[in-house]
Amino acid sequence: MSSETAKVTVGEKKLTKRDLMSVFIRSNLFQGSWNFERMQALGFCFTVVPIINRLYEGEERTEAIKRHLEFFNTHPYMGAPILGVTAAMEEQKANGAPIDQAAINGIKVGLMGPLAGVGDPIFWGTIRPVFAALGASFASTGSIFGPLLFFVLFNAVRLGFRYWGVFYGYRKGTDVVSDMAGGVIQKLTEGASILGLFVMGGLVNKWTNIDIPVVVSTTTNQEGKKTVTTVQDILDSLMPGILALGLTFACMWLLKKKINALWIIFMLFGLGIVGYVLGIFAVPGS
Amino acid sequence: MEPIQIILVFLVACVCGMGSILDEWQTHRPLIACTLTGLVLGDMTTGIIIGGSLEMIALGWMNIGAAVAPDTALASLISTILVISGGQDISVGISLAIPLAAAGQVLTILVRTITVGFQHSADKMAESGNLRGIDMLHVTALLLQAMRIAIPVLIVALSMGTSVVTDMLNAIPDWLVNGLNVSGGFIVVVGYAMVINMMQAKYLMPFFFLGFVVAAFTTFNLVALGVLGLVAAIVYIQLSPKYYLKEALAQYGAAGGGGSKPANDLDDDLDD
Repeated sequence: MSSETAKVTVGEKKLTKRDLMSVFIRSNLFQGSWNFERMQALGFCFTVVPIINRLYEGEERTEAIKRHLEFFNTHPYMGAPILGVTAAMEEQKANGAPIDQAAINGIKVGLMGPLAGVGDPIFWGTIRPVFAALGASFASTGSIFGPLLFFVLFNAVRLGFRYWGVFYGYRKGTDVVSDMAGGVIQKLTEGASILGLFVMGGLVNKWTNIDIPVVVSTTTNQEGKKTVTTVQDILDSLMPGILALGLTFACMWLLKKKINALWIIFMLFGLGIVGYVLGIFAVPGS
Repeated sequence: MEPIQIILVFLVACVCGMGSILDEWQTHRPLIACTLTGLVLGDMTTGIIIGGSLEMIALGWMNIGAAVAPDTALASLISTILVISGGQDISVGISLAIPLAAAGQVLTILVRTITVGFQHSADKMAESGNLRGIDMLHVTALLLQAMRIAIPVLIVALSMGTSVVTDMLNAIPDWLVNGLNVSGGFIVVVGYAMVINMMQAKYLMPFFFLGFVVAAFTTFNLVALGVLGLVAAIVYIQLSPKYYLKEALAQYGAAGGGGSKPANDLDDDLDD
């Protein structure tokens, strides 16, 4: 398609690097007007304003705005390549290529689902928790390095991806769809899931404190030295952190039963208070 | 609280409130929000520590699709104010902030419903080709999200000096404080559970157990765990027949004159 339309585009309406830069900068406010009716629609339109501004006048402009006020929702950062592809298609359309309204929205809608499916495990499931966990472990000692590390690392990755996404999408135009199917994305998603799950496993073990000081037996050896065995000692000899593992699975099960995460948190607060009063749980670090 | 501090806290609340709808700069995450609040209240170190503890709890809270997560911005700001200006124990500050995360969630839903009206105004703007109007609507919606956090925070900040609030905070009994401390030790699992559920990949669960066992019997820190996880991911992808068979097939097919039923040929090879 690009070779045919290239003939048409010569010397006509052309998006500048500045326009795309402007889209990239605006995309930092992508979800500002997120609403329950059309979700990111107004945000999408806001982000492509520089493109509409450059390419269309009068009636065509009205059409273009309406086109980009249609329902849209994806992972916010994954919106970047879609914005790029949209820019390329709009440019071709503005120069008379036979691309209709439905084709542009079709591409947008077609990409938003799969890309959200890729973005969620990579950004929300892996990159943010891993960097945040790293930052939090420094922060718990009061070191400014913790929040700085998280802020700088995460935003470097995010901005880098956003920038690359807009320009890559634009360059690739509509070819991006076939490119995405090339297995690379699938590998990336699966790899991110593995890393995310591995680190979560480590965190369940390291960052959970449960101490059950209930005494099971007290034995005195020949020298008169007393050995106290608590429930916690037995569990630790089995596998340190096994209670945390069980609790995690209980939470996963409750979440799958569509129970609100906050209710589960309140339940755990209740459990902690009742457990402490009854002497089943000890305050961590005491 | 000094008047200047109240103004600064209000501004930080605006930034964090915008952060929690945008999900871009992560200013709504406890690590950032608590640090900034601590900074303007004159005790950044405490802010960072609260941020670290709250971040562990909120690690898996995320907005996916149309689902709204508990609000970390409101929880972060108010818990930091309670600890630094209200003189509360960190664990108490955090526990008191959790219900506020729920309140923040309700407010988010409210504002996300109000902005439906903005969407309809945008339709009208489209008729006249008014791009400037689209910009204004979008930014106003964003400011509404900022106010969602900034106004409740302002109310808390203003009431912090009053004797009623101080007496109320000081009347919290010991058993409650200790009980909350106990729960603070394991409340983090909810976030982990959310992340694991989101992955929706049962067949990858062995990697979760691997991470768990490695952490159980070693003193590896997070960096080491991350590297191990990365190596596991790379090795898995390299060895997975799902990927290397596909690539091998593509090569084999090309070498054998192209499109001559490469799958069957390979099956024959495997049968040998």
